[in-house]
Amino acid sequence: MLKVSIQKQLPDFLLDVSFSVNQEIVALFGPSGSGKTTILSTIAGLIHPDAGEITLGDQHYFEQGKKPMPVQKRKIGYLFQDYALFPHMTVDRNIRYGMKPGHELALEALLSTVGIDHLLDKYPHQLSGGQKQRVALVRALATEPEILLLDEPLSALDSDTRKQCQDELLRLHRMWNIPFLLVTHDREEAEKLADVILFIENGRIKESHAATSLSR
Amino acid sequence: MIETNFTPLILSLKVAALSTSLVFVIGLLLARIMTQRDFFGKNLLESFFLLPLVLPPTVVGFGLLILFGKYGFFGKLLHEWFGIQIVFTLTGAVIASIVVSFPLMYQSAVAAFTSIDRRLEDAARTLGSSEWRLFWTVSFPLAWPGLLAGFVLSFARGLGEFGATLMLAGYIPGKTDTIPVAIYFAVEAGQMEKAMFWVVIIVSLGMGTTFWLNWWSKRNLRRYAHHK
Repeated sequence: MLKVSIQKQLPDFLLDVSFSVNQEIVALFGPSGSGKTTILSTIAGLIHPDAGEITLGDQHYFEQGKKPMPVQKRKIGYLFQDYALFPHMTVDRNIRYGMKPGHELALEALLSTVGIDHLLDKYPHQLSGGQKQRVALVRALATEPEILLLDEPLSALDSDTRKQCQDELLRLHRMWNIPFLLVTHDREEAEKLADVILFIENGRIKESHAATSLSR
Repeated sequence: MIETNFTPLILSLKVAALSTSLVFVIGLLLARIMTQRDFFGKNLLESFFLLPLVLPPTVVGFGLLILFGKYGFFGKLLHEWFGIQIVFTLTGAVIASIVVSFPLMYQSAVAAFTSIDRRLEDAARTLGSSEWRLFWTVSFPLAWPGLLAGFVLSFARGLGEFGATLMLAGYIPGKTDTIPVAIYFAVEAGQMEKAMFWVVIIVSLGMGTTFWLNWWSKRNLRRYAHHK
């Protein structure tokens, strides 16, 4: 279980949130600039909160007054908004970048589930938006993380591809069975994907509710 | 009669090659540190790095002479500890060339590192990559076109260095007479043909380098444009 209770002073407001995530999909939903991505970045360890605590299982990622755990040691997968695929590497090298040696079997299953095994020799600029998103997803999961953080993963896609990718995310979540923490400013998407939606505005959780099962 | 002694060419290439190799490593290292960290006095330090670009080379040479002269801080140290003399030697020419060409490498490297999308480096970190590995696998390859441009410019600058070199290394035929220095003294001695010969050589070298750099970066910009 991921437990987050953090405070961080941002230029316009104080980010002050507390929540926990089980083996479910939780959406951080709210307008742009409300602090959603900052929350993901603090969990990943790319930036640090001013105060509070972040734990995943029995591991302390951040504890006030102690040295934060480095990004590299945190067992997270991070899907960046524009995918951040390494432009000078093939899909194959991108995917293997964070993989531990000897974990090829898990990768093969992942590749065929997501359907990108025919793209391994291509470079990111030769891929469509949906393909890039899938490659980034496989790259993040290939490190065998204990939680997946997704920053607006579908915002750059057209509506058809977006729908396909949403289904794929749900399927992968069932397969992987780890918490997915998803940032989105699209209410429909939050409702379709998430088990729990946290509505964030100006750095605070205004509302938290379970998504209606009908929409899934 | 045309000069057939090619010592100035060999010396120039030697000085430029040695200084550029060192400048490449130092410039790369400092640019990386300066683009990664913020600290008190960073602006001042950066202005100091770029100073040789705006100062007359004679001023740089004068400063080096003070530092590396027989009674200068470094000069004394090097002489007492290792028995190395800097003034009137090829090492002096290399040092002058390093100082004068450093800002070009530094600036190119800073621009190259700053142009890399930070999220790519963050992505590498979230994938468990150490800072060392991410530097060699992500930052360096993506910054490479800019770094190479810096390397070539520093080489060309090192090849053409005159003022600071003359101040520190002087004109000792067969020992410190690089092409630019040889040209100056040939003209002074009224040996216009000899001067012209070296002018043609250095113009060809400079033209060749910048032409190649231009061609190469255009070709690579096209390739990298796809990557963005």
